[in-house]
Amino acid sequence: MLKRMDRNTLVFLAGSVFVILLVQVLISINVLNSFWLTILRIGGVMGIACLGLNLIYGFNGQFSLGQWGFFAIGAYAAADVTYRWVNDHSASGLVILTLGVLLTGLVFVLLGRQLAKIRGLDALSAFSLYLIAVIATGFLSVFLGQFLIAPVTGLINLLPAALGMQVVFFLAIIGAGLLAAEASFLLGLPVLTLGSDYFGIATLAITVIVKVLLDNSDTLFGFVEMKGARGMIGIPKIGSWLWVSIFLLATIVVVRNLLQSSYGRAIVSVREDEIAAKAMGIDVANFKTLSFVLGSLMAGVAGALYAHINGFLHPNTFNFIKSFDILIIVVFGGLGSVTGTVAAAFAWALVLEGFLRLWLPPGFETWRYVVYPLLLLLMMLLRPKGLFGGYELPFLRHSMPALRLKPATAAISNQAEPRPASAEAPSESTPGITLSQEDAQSSSEG
Amino acid sequence: MTMTPDTPMLRTTSTTDGERPVVLEIRGLSKFFGGLKAVSNVDLTLYQGDLVGLIGPNGAGKTTVFNMITGIYVPSEGDILFRGESVVGVTPHQINQMGIARTFQNIRLFPSLTVLDNVRIAYHPHAGYSLSDSIFRNGKYHQKEHELTERAQEFLSVFNLQDRQSEIARNLPYGEQRRLEIARALAAEPSLLLLDEPAAGMNPAESMALMDLIHFIRERFKLSILLIEHQMRVVMGICERITVVDFGEVIARGNPEEIQNNPRVIEAYLGRGAAQVAMRHKRN
Repeated sequence: MLKRMDRNTLVFLAGSVFVILLVQVLISINVLNSFWLTILRIGGVMGIACLGLNLIYGFNGQFSLGQWGFFAIGAYAAADVTYRWVNDHSASGLVILTLGVLLTGLVFVLLGRQLAKIRGLDALSAFSLYLIAVIATGFLSVFLGQFLIAPVTGLINLLPAALGMQVVFFLAIIGAGLLAAEASFLLGLPVLTLGSDYFGIATLAITVIVKVLLDNSDTLFGFVEMKGARGMIGIPKIGSWLWVSIFLLATIVVVRNLLQSSYGRAIVSVREDEIAAKAMGIDVANFKTLSFVLGSLMAGVAGALYAHINGFLHPNTFNFIKSFDILIIVVFGGLGSVTGTVAAAFAWALVLEGFLRLWLPPGFETWRYVVYPLLLLLMMLLRPKGLFGGYELPFLRHSMPALRLKPATAAISNQAEPRPASAEAPSESTPGITLSQEDAQSSSEG
Repeated sequence: MTMTPDTPMLRTTSTTDGERPVVLEIRGLSKFFGGLKAVSNVDLTLYQGDLVGLIGPNGAGKTTVFNMITGIYVPSEGDILFRGESVVGVTPHQINQMGIARTFQNIRLFPSLTVLDNVRIAYHPHAGYSLSDSIFRNGKYHQKEHELTERAQEFLSVFNLQDRQSEIARNLPYGEQRRLEIARALAAEPSLLLLDEPAAGMNPAESMALMDLIHFIRERFKLSILLIEHQMRVVMGICERITVVDFGEVIARGNPEEIQNNPRVIEAYLGRGAAQVAMRHKRN
């Protein structure tokens, strides 16, 4: 495994571990107070969510405003799990979320296989079938979950209390991410058939719907602890810097590995030219769904971390106006730039919540929102292609393999030699294949 | 068929020996956009190894036929059989995987990707590793990705584009973009290639090179080729059989000489008066 890692990978991993630990040490010796610590963690969380959006918008070319809605789903789902663990001493949230997510995933896979056999099934019919399946699975997992709550609670209680808490938290993050991913798969079915701008508006609607549902979470769904529009309190503040940075690092590695594979190239080809991609055998609908679901998974994970940094959730935080923050960061960092996105997320948090609060004279804190738009305007005028333009860290750069001419290949190019590379003007003006006329003729006859 | 083409031996003119298998068979194909008949009742048969031209004035419905063969449009009527299997209602990417590849009238490369990536994308259906292999970067990913890249590079060198592999596709000169598009279409090893006006915008020297290229790939990849083209020099130079459409209907079929002397074709291209002049000229 280690053999395969090149220098860039090792440098990157070592560098990030060093930075993460450095910040952790600074926190431990109280150089970084809780004000800056919160800002750093918010930056990391935004980095995860924005990498997800960049996958959807920057690399797949689907202009989405739904990221914030999936962020909200992740935040509330994870918060509910840990809330119940801390306040009710019960793993009911954990059990039902995990069971529901796993069963739904299974149902999606099985149903997807069946539906793939039907030729020309329209998106809305597929959506209805999936929706019915999800509702049924939901009831089933609540029913089955009842029997598992007591044993699982007992099992986790065997661990030391602090460790048990962290285990619940970790599982809650994963469950929340998967829940957001499954929600995005379901909602993406009808919405992903829309073209660019229409897709943007439809995903904005997703964010609005999620916000309204959260406003009524206590009355409509009976999640009393979420307290609807009054805001959810009592979430344990356990979203530490280590958790945030580990998840951010994992997200960067996953995005990079994906993009440098055949699947990543297929995702990018959809952005480049949908029709050409189809004609090249790329299942465009499939790859739109893939990047939308993966992007939303990241949003869900980010939301889950956010809930445990803040300790308080309010539906107004997930207002659709806020969904533009993510979009701003992604555009700011550069569409299709991983380095830029992460840097811009931290810069955004540091500037908006950090420096501007400190530098502006007392009583002028609200003027942040005058300075911030001006900064945005200047940035967009000065660096329209994003913070770093086309720059990527060596680790994230697409490596271009060197050309190795094998003997067999060399033979072909020898055959194509008659018009040497050093030829004068004609080779420029006739860029056809450099087979000589006779060669082509004889081969077409023979 | 309302418009009966004038040659009696419709489907098996000139070189066809009758033994070669049929690759593509189009029967009574029609496409209506509202009240507009873009294509109406077109029949066309391609045998293994054929190089057939599909010509006609602007707006005659040639590209619509291509779009129906490749699944971008669903035909209003008629059937398209590829090696005996209907492709009507099959999605474009599945049609590509069945073995039909195409190029576009206005070149459609992946403009901001490299030349190598353009070809590697065409290999995606044969990548041979799963999504989780790529995310976890296991040995299978490294091995298959290496093989795929080598294949793509070898393939580029067949088209003499190997020195350009790290260039961004949009920065290539026009002729090379065409060549890359054809290379990309052939990367998935199709058995039928549809070329939509490959010589559009090329100067005479470039079209000569293109004709060489078409002959070359046909031999090398054992292709059947259906070609839409406006430049008569190209069509007459390389096609063995030609089908002429006008206003969505087939008006003539035959080998290049027959087509050149067909009054209905001349009429479609140049107008009735010109056709009469041409006929008179020929009689003298």
